[in-house]
Amino acid sequence: METVIGFTAIAVALLIGLGALGVGIGMGLLGGRFLEGVARQPELAPMLQTKMFIVVALLDAVAMIGVGIALFFAFANPFIGQLQAATGG
Amino acid sequence: MASESGHGPQTTGEYIQHHLQNLQVCKDSSGDWVWNHCTGNPMTINVDSMFWSVLLGLVFVTLFRSAAKKSSAGEVGKFQAAVEIIVDFVDSSVKDTFHGKDKLIAPLALTIFVWVFLMNLMDLIPVDLIPLAAGAVGIPYMKVVPTTDVNVTFGMSISVFVLIIFYTIRSKGVLGFVKEMTLHPIAPPLKGPGLIAAPFIIAFNLILEIVALIAKPVSLSLRLFGNMFAGELIFILIALIGWYQLPLHFAWAVFHVLIVTLQAFIFMMLTIVYLSLASESH
Repeated sequence: METVIGFTAIAVALLIGLGALGVGIGMGLLGGRFLEGVARQPELAPMLQTKMFIVVALLDAVAMIGVGIALFFAFANPFIGQLQAATGG
Repeated sequence: MASESGHGPQTTGEYIQHHLQNLQVCKDSSGDWVWNHCTGNPMTINVDSMFWSVLLGLVFVTLFRSAAKKSSAGEVGKFQAAVEIIVDFVDSSVKDTFHGKDKLIAPLALTIFVWVFLMNLMDLIPVDLIPLAAGAVGIPYMKVVPTTDVNVTFGMSISVFVLIIFYTIRSKGVLGFVKEMTLHPIAPPLKGPGLIAAPFIIAFNLILEIVALIAKPVSLSLRLFGNMFAGELIFILIALIGWYQLPLHFAWAVFHVLIVTLQAFIFMMLTIVYLSLASESH
């Protein structure tokens, strides 16, 4: 039981952390390109900003799905139910 | 913040679990409708999500209808100006993205944007406020943000998915739909010696295209659900720490306003983009 809970905690941390890592790098690149584009052509700034927010939300999606699954495991761990059923809880 | 009355002080885990629980009604094995004993029962209705989402939909419809009825071309009041700004914004988004003529897209986009925005906005109400008031009336659980219920977001995205398929078939025909699924991205050789490889290429195309097709509603709904659920959970966790929660709540709420608006905008934008892709040929 302790190993299940311990490994679940590590899994939750990996899900959230690796998602955040990827999204952080991606958004950093995106923001840098956006600033370069606006520096070259400032009149395109509003249009580019709209498109940037669209890509930000698309990047967020996969990270958030990971966060959602991680929080599900943190608060409603199905493995504990399985373990209790298997050991006659 | 407050501890439950009746069975001693709650643990933090119980507080969190209590706030993450919907008000559910279901038909149990003996055929009666019971409240809140519904784990594992697929025939469950989350009454609080249904109530708040329908109520906010009615708020949206009545507000915008009253603005439309009382609209005047001369003196424009603040409320009418606000509604005009929103409608204009949605209209320009649709015009930029949807390359076709269809009367459904702009009202659909407006409904999705304002309804999702209103539902997400409920997340900014203090965590304990409405559940405590409901508890005083005898309602044990109340989650006021419908978009933190995965059923609500999947309901919306499955409706959009049905519309995508409908638009694809309407503009390309059933044969065009099948062709789009099987002949993209790799065009199989349909005459000559390469014909032997055609079934494998068609199967490969079909798998890729089905995954891409299913990814649309799944990602649309889970994106909105994940963002809102994580936001609500952080509000609940901040609420656990006593009096220092007020500045933290404020800081997180300011950030969350951006997320709320952005997620509503993204749901609308992606709906328009998917429907635009569905109704134009490659």
